[in-house]
Amino acid sequence: MSILIIAEHDNSSLKPATLNSVTAAQEIGGDIDILVAGSDCQAAAEHAAQIAGINKVLVADNAAYNNALAENVAPLIAEVGAAYSHILATATTTAKNIMPRAAALLDVQAISEISAVVSADTFKRPIYAGNVIATVQSSDAIKLLTVRGTAFDGAAAEGGSAAIEVVGSSHSAGVSEFVGEEVAASDRPELTAAKIVISGGRGMANGDNFDMLYSLADKLGAAVGASRAAVDAGFVPNDMQVGQTGKIVAPDLYVAVGISGAIQHLAGMKDSKVIVAINKDEEAPIFSVADYGLVADLFSALPDLDSAV
Amino acid sequence: MKILVAVKRVVDYNVKVRPKSDGSDVDLANVKMSINPFCEIAVEEAVRLKEKGTATEIVAVSVGPQQSQEQLRTALALGADRAILVNTDETLEPLAIAKCLKAVCDSESPDIVLMGKQAIDGDNNQTGQMLAALLGCGQATFASELIVEGDKIKVTREVDGGLQTLGLNLPAVVTSDLRLNEPRYASLPNIMKAKRKPLDTTTPADLSVDIAPRVSLLGVELPAQRQAGIKVDDVAMLVDKLKNEAKVI
Repeated sequence: MSILIIAEHDNSSLKPATLNSVTAAQEIGGDIDILVAGSDCQAAAEHAAQIAGINKVLVADNAAYNNALAENVAPLIAEVGAAYSHILATATTTAKNIMPRAAALLDVQAISEISAVVSADTFKRPIYAGNVIATVQSSDAIKLLTVRGTAFDGAAAEGGSAAIEVVGSSHSAGVSEFVGEEVAASDRPELTAAKIVISGGRGMANGDNFDMLYSLADKLGAAVGASRAAVDAGFVPNDMQVGQTGKIVAPDLYVAVGISGAIQHLAGMKDSKVIVAINKDEEAPIFSVADYGLVADLFSALPDLDSAV
Repeated sequence: MKILVAVKRVVDYNVKVRPKSDGSDVDLANVKMSINPFCEIAVEEAVRLKEKGTATEIVAVSVGPQQSQEQLRTALALGADRAILVNTDETLEPLAIAKCLKAVCDSESPDIVLMGKQAIDGDNNQTGQMLAALLGCGQATFASELIVEGDKIKVTREVDGGLQTLGLNLPAVVTSDLRLNEPRYASLPNIMKAKRKPLDTTTPADLSVDIAPRVSLLGVELPAQRQAGIKVDDVAMLVDKLKNEAKVI
């Protein structure tokens, strides 16, 4: 078997998310190559070559691949990936955008967000907002998968010295262009990479009260998330949403403040190592998954917690 | 400008589905079905484009069983002009659905295809991207803002780090994220009017689409349950436990 992993990177460095796919690939077994498609992405390719256990790194360095435009990168993945038995990428928004497009070009049915490898053609994945885990078997010649990052530990980023090969082909569809981006400026760690995540729910009552979470987060070096209810209510932007349709996180410590614990939310955080719930409703479902539950009014508990840590 | 909006009939988002006792599939007997919430957002966006005078016609399409007519009637009540049901009793995979939608697009020639970013049953998040691939057109997934500028669109997308804006030529496929808009409720007069709007039915076979499954479902199970821990008395006890027992702060 031969596996191609699509690297997640920003041209200058490889994103740690890539390492989760490497682990999933190792569980499938076989030679593992990594495709780095970008513009001036040699540095990212060199990082990829250092990952332990990689056969070779393919680098497609072309202005058309900048910003990972799906219209340009998907045909590249379909072309390069046609020679492999498996194509994998960690399910970031970039991969979720591109991989199904590549699958359609290859005429294969992609399998989204696998949470376990059963065998080379059989995988587990959560469906119905994580209420149920399905075991599915692919009969396609090429298995094209996205990998739920929190379900697989990251492989060692160093220790390898894979050869780097250049892929010359250029795909420029000319139907889309990158206009700009607004990256949330924050000194706090990224939600999906943070060791500690503090999330607020509808109980926070408004967006201003999230300042209490930001203050606590800065003391703990934590990221701040939110439930879908808090996003729907307009307290905070959607990129903070933790849940099945938002970000999936699995930090060492997850603190849920004023979150009732809808299944949609639990699906996004229940793999956290330690879960703390602070809620004044002692019947809230969040307490059924919390290691430590504090039944209290968050508006008195948060200031106390802030001064105690 | 013509908009095609795809809608899917799914288990209502308030229903907590469970596996059948033999674990072969989820138990969908007698559960409430609704329009997929992300599809509802897509319909709303189409209707707003029509209200602004940008769109002239909205065609709602669904691929699924006969009962999907209910969800198409919902789309019609919200403001779609007519509907097409691609009728099949098989459970189609995203690639097969995308092929059916491609065939409908070939005859309808929409300028923009609007659809939800994912359906809340299979949680695949694939169909829009696959349709764009089959049409050979641009795609903007996870849209939180859509602006039509002449024969192009500008779409802001919700990505991991924040927001990304793309410019796309038309035709294009746009999939909606949660924040694109807040769907309206259909009014009673509009629900009544929707019953008289045209709804055509076709089938995958009529469209010459191969819907043979590529992935087989071997079984379903409940996820590993997390055990509830302890209740702490106060903040001091919580901090003590986190520092000395869990050792996470």
